[in-house]
Amino acid sequence: MKQIATCAFVAVVAAFAGCTGTDVADYTGNASDGAESIAGIDDGGVSLFDSDITVEHFQSEIGNKVFFDVDQSAITEDIALTLDGQARWLLENTNFDALIEGHTDEQGTREYNLALGARRANSVRDYLIDRGIAGNRLRIVTYGKERPEELCSEEICWSANRRAVSVLTERIGT
Amino acid sequence: MKIRAAVAVTAIIASCAGFTSALAQTGESPLRIEITEGVIEPVPIATARFVADSEAAAPFAEEITSIIVDDLVGSGLFRNIPEQAHIAKITNFDSPVQYSDWKAINAEALITGSVEVLPPETISVKFRLFDVFLEVPVGDGIKFTGSKSNLRRLAHKVSDVVYSRMLGEKGYFDSRVAFVSESGPKGSRVKRLAIMDYDGANVRYLSDGRSIVLAPRFSPDGSRIIYTSYESGVPRVYIMDLNTLQSRELVESVEMSFAPRFSPDGRKAIFSLNKGSNTDIFEIDVATGNFRQVTFGNSIETAPSYSPDGQSIVFESDRSGSQQLYVQPINGRAKRISFGDGRYGTPVWSPRGDYIAFTKQAGNRFHIGVMRTDGSEERLLSESFLDEGPTWSPNGRVLMFFRESRGEFGAPFLISVDVTGRNLKKVPTPEFASDPAWSPLLR
Repeated sequence: MKQIATCAFVAVVAAFAGCTGTDVADYTGNASDGAESIAGIDDGGVSLFDSDITVEHFQSEIGNKVFFDVDQSAITEDIALTLDGQARWLLENTNFDALIEGHTDEQGTREYNLALGARRANSVRDYLIDRGIAGNRLRIVTYGKERPEELCSEEICWSANRRAVSVLTERIGT
Repeated sequence: MKIRAAVAVTAIIASCAGFTSALAQTGESPLRIEITEGVIEPVPIATARFVADSEAAAPFAEEITSIIVDDLVGSGLFRNIPEQAHIAKITNFDSPVQYSDWKAINAEALITGSVEVLPPETISVKFRLFDVFLEVPVGDGIKFTGSKSNLRRLAHKVSDVVYSRMLGEKGYFDSRVAFVSESGPKGSRVKRLAIMDYDGANVRYLSDGRSIVLAPRFSPDGSRIIYTSYESGVPRVYIMDLNTLQSRELVESVEMSFAPRFSPDGRKAIFSLNKGSNTDIFEIDVATGNFRQVTFGNSIETAPSYSPDGQSIVFESDRSGSQQLYVQPINGRAKRISFGDGRYGTPVWSPRGDYIAFTKQAGNRFHIGVMRTDGSEERLLSESFLDEGPTWSPNGRVLMFFRESRGEFGAPFLISVDVTGRNLKKVPTPEFASDPAWSPLLR
């Protein structure tokens, strides 16, 4: 059930990422309201701040994905850079929580990959907690090799699949 | 020659008693096949088309005969002499066998049988096995009775008796395989729990594909499966009753759990739990749900499997820096058993206790292999882009696993292979298939 809810949410976010107008339901509505009020305060250079608070910004500018080397789950400098951005965004947008998905490439057995995906998700969660995000805002799930994003059986796809994805979920009732 | 009667298939438990005592009288047969690692020539056998005792029985007689031939030939240990080559035709199950007719076509063994329909829904199968060269029956004749819907099982029962009389050990034909049936594109595969006969017949789906499901494993009595499902949003261990298809969460924890297997007595199960920031192995009491930790450390410990006596487990761990196999008395110290090149995972203890089967990854290729329980005598049985997840036939002679092809349209399918490495072949399934688990021999 929750699975479906997450998928629906991602679909909304994806639609929002490319949206220009009013056709994308509640979610877009809220975000445009915010944009208008900010635009009202300042008539020029605040577009940066404007886009900072959007989910689109989180996904494409900060990056909702981090990538790991084969078998690795350690937080490298590159990963830290992205996660620092994620942490800042989450500190400012307290109405959002994150579900951290751990994924692997297809080169490995199912059980090991589940454990490795869990290790990657744990590693990201622990880092974000270190950066001040409350643990109860971060949930984890491992998909192991069940949900590859790139489908070829070459390193170029495998490296894209060895990932942890921070999926934003808007908290209900806040 | 007396026909041993056994009652109804519902009744196959009752028939087992008769079955065992018939076997006990078999003794050593000169026909006995020894399975060794050398190349063996399949034994030529003739299966006379089973005699139908009425017109109504004719289609059943034909189907049963052909299932028996498929079982025996499919084992790789027998070669069928086709019916067209038979000189003699058996028209009366109780007439004496003319051995010379079967010697002339070089049959070493002969199977004869008859099929009777007992309206409305019951059929009964009688059969005998003969050593053509010694001109003697091998064991007593046996009769199995069951409903028409269990016709395939009746035939598999006959095959199992033939197999056991010629090999001196139990067969594996009257058994099932639980697996994950897969459909849809690689990036968003739909996975359903499924169960089928060992040969791919009678596929039945146990889940609807809404949640990802992984790696079903049978209870030792075959009545339940234990598996991993994403029903709650994260992977957790569930247990399902195969009669009612009711399932429940077995491991009640907020943490993620996966890779479960039953203990040999069915009272416990062993599985992986992601606790804190790490995956370790835990054992659960199936009735109470109480569980306790059995491996400790900061490394990944997963894919556990019990020894047949339930006293030890084998599992994989990357504590040495890469995935390797370890054997551990359930409350004792782990000892590494894999030392070859590459990495090792998914160990499964043979029901005979003699081997551990595993997945090996070396040089970007995957293999299914077996080794002794101390890690010696490692032998690889397969090789491909991705071979994974072996399961043992109930008699420990055959392994089934899945192979995934490469690329964007790559997909998994099931393969079986003898423990000797011979007779590697695809197991037919209606969709893509992965994570096979062989049941115990049915009763």
